[in-house]
Amino acid sequence: MSLETVQTDPEGYLANREDWSEELAQELAMSMGVSLTEEHWKVLNTARAIDAESGSSPGLRKISKRSETPIKAIYKLFPEGPAKAIAKIAGIPKPKSCL
Amino acid sequence: MTDSGTEKKRSLSVICSKGSFDMAYPGLILANAARMAGVDARLFFTFWGLDIVNEKKIDHLHLNLVGNPSAPLPAMIAGLPGVEALATAQMRKEMERLEIPPIREFIEMLDDAGADMYGCQMALDMFKLTKDDLVPQVKDVLTAMDFMDMSEGAQIIFI
Repeated sequence: MSLETVQTDPEGYLANREDWSEELAQELAMSMGVSLTEEHWKVLNTARAIDAESGSSPGLRKISKRSETPIKAIYKLFPEGPAKAIAKIAGIPKPKSCL
Repeated sequence: MTDSGTEKKRSLSVICSKGSFDMAYPGLILANAARMAGVDARLFFTFWGLDIVNEKKIDHLHLNLVGNPSAPLPAMIAGLPGVEALATAQMRKEMERLEIPPIREFIEMLDDAGADMYGCQMALDMFKLTKDDLVPQVKDVLTAMDFMDMSEGAQIIFI
């Protein structure tokens, strides 16, 4: 599944989470102008893990605490709307949390 | 709806005019939500809202129960000494359970998220305060007109 063939909802989140792969994540990130480093992956994998465990797409604060990545650093990694960008790239739904 | 960058970037201005514990959070939460979604955000603290960023008051904001029709207690009881303090402590505990940060930590989080915070010049004068009385995350002290200029094209929320 590539960026051209994958289905997203109108807001840009993956329509089917089974479509997600690390390669697709790279492509999604690139399309947002983000090139993924190890630091990005730590954040993305944390978001995916919390979503898998709790069944609820996490907000930034939770991701920050669990991945031990300060909020400030997350905004550097994903400058344009990190909560949305992380969920889109990680292939999980739009966060339900306000924090 | 993609972030193509061709349209003008959204921007939000929040005016915080109330200093009670319960009325401090809405503005902070909205500004934080804006930043998380990639929307520029700035906050203007004026009148009682200055308490939210006043170094001496930030950790001691109180719930407002008297004159609040949503208060879970009759006004006569809510007005008794210590009742608001008790209710505030209760709410703090509940918020801690929900992992909502205390005000001071919230202000730090907003600063880290790149939200700009300003104090109102006139309100500072009125309360005989200076910028040094405010938490360090407050970038500057502005007149209402300065803030208006800064908010050109922004959506404005008054709380």
